[in-house]
Amino acid sequence: MSMPFYVSPEQLMKDRADYARKGIARGRSVVVLAYDGGIAFVAENPSRTLHKVSEIYDRIAFAAVGKYNEFENLRVAGVRYADLRGYSYDRSDVTARGLANAYAQTLGTVFTQESKPYEVEIVVAEVGRTAAQDQIYRLTYDGSVADERGFVAMGGQAEPIATALADRWSEGLSLGQALGMAKELLEGDAGSGEPRTLSPEQLEVAVLDRHRERRLFRRIEGHLLERLLSPSDPTSDVPREDDPRPGTHETLTGDVG
Amino acid sequence: MTPDRLDPTGRLPRAFHVPGSSSFTDFLHEHDPRLLPGGRALPPGTVPEAPHGTTIVALEFEGGVVMGGDRRATMGSMIANREIEKVFGADEYSCVGIAGSAGVAVELVRLFQVELEHYEKIEGTLLSLDGKANRLATMLRGNLPLAMQGLVVVPVFAGYDVDARVGRIYSYDATGGCYAERHHHSVGSGSLFARGALKKLWRPGLNPDSAVRVAVEALYDAADDDSATGGPDLNRRIWPIVSVVDVEGYRRVDDGTLGDVVQRVVEDRRGDPGGTRAGRLVAGNATGEGDAS
Repeated sequence: MSMPFYVSPEQLMKDRADYARKGIARGRSVVVLAYDGGIAFVAENPSRTLHKVSEIYDRIAFAAVGKYNEFENLRVAGVRYADLRGYSYDRSDVTARGLANAYAQTLGTVFTQESKPYEVEIVVAEVGRTAAQDQIYRLTYDGSVADERGFVAMGGQAEPIATALADRWSEGLSLGQALGMAKELLEGDAGSGEPRTLSPEQLEVAVLDRHRERRLFRRIEGHLLERLLSPSDPTSDVPREDDPRPGTHETLTGDVG
Repeated sequence: MTPDRLDPTGRLPRAFHVPGSSSFTDFLHEHDPRLLPGGRALPPGTVPEAPHGTTIVALEFEGGVVMGGDRRATMGSMIANREIEKVFGADEYSCVGIAGSAGVAVELVRLFQVELEHYEKIEGTLLSLDGKANRLATMLRGNLPLAMQGLVVVPVFAGYDVDARVGRIYSYDATGGCYAERHHHSVGSGSLFARGALKKLWRPGLNPDSAVRVAVEALYDAADDDSATGGPDLNRRIWPIVSVVDVEGYRRVDDGTLGDVVQRVVEDRRGDPGGTRAGRLVAGNATGEGDAS
């Protein structure tokens, strides 16, 4: 009978953390930043259907990097958590803080007890009635939570983006400015240092818009996104009205009909 | 054994992580069935008297549907509530009206609203109109044990089909049967009289405004002959709830507009309580007086 090797708890946790970090570093980055009318989410994601940014509840959204199946599982759990809360109590009783705690417990338990940790990093953001009430929580693979002010960068090359945001982000940016900044910083995120250009189709963009009613999450695509990203175009915020076409009104494109 | 809903590690319990289901009801069934309207076992004995909702009418118009409900809830011969709301927006393109045991019905509607929004968030698309109607039928089936104790809920579901671009109405029975209705339908204790009114007042090609008027007239007729249905309360300015669903989505007709419609109906019926003159006026609005003999 062979004796199992002794592995110190420090080494075990370090190995798990390294494993999770490596998995997360392989993916493209996501930037979450506050602007004057709400909170914007910008992800480099060529897919139209496999989202990295999603609605959780009226004022709460979710952004993630890492392994798709793992963060999709957490997203669904988050929607279930929020809808259960809203159904048992009231819509106003669903908070990002509660959800961030539930996620933290889950990620922490998985990290220490399951055979492998989740290779994900997530942001739970809640837009307040004023900018001062905005909440952005960042959760890492081991269940640590950080209450962030103003902006978060996650994923492959998050460090240089976060450093640049710390210099350049300020309160009261317009949505156009915020998206332009996020796009520029993501373009620098190639690892190789090679400058590149990201077209609007390669970006997944969404906002929690403080000025709407009830469900505040909207995706931004099409002409509206092009106009918001173009420095020469005067468009600097999302329109107050949803697209008129019948069907789900989750996406704003600025196209008529 | 600790129940599954209380995971000792504090992590979200297993039911939150089970993939594959987009239904909130199914999730509740797994996680905590006590929260479902039909999920509690009733103790033996008779159910104490509880408020009952009464009349709901629904009718199609060109490109949409209108649904209306009176504001009365009764408990035996007593008026339990004169301002109860029995017509609700289910989601952006549909509404649901309820007759029967008010407490269970309101709970069922709340669950149905969450169910539709939950699906939308998980799947990223809207359920089809037939899909929504069937979902409601499934939920009613879950309520059968309560119905057998006398807590019957009879909903009407109506919505705008964004693919076919028409309004549709669905009726239900207590066992969860779901039936597509043509043109118009009514449920509740005053439905006998409301259906008669709808038959005489409904015409193909109604516009939304005349459809709202027809709904108010039908509710007036129901209240005229059914003691459990509330008529327009001019003193307290309590009007029925009337909602319109069309290509622009669900909207509740605001109190100002509806107050005008109700007062005109009452005015037109002065000295003509059966509303024969008013009936001709409605038909005239819709068809341009073409069929006046």
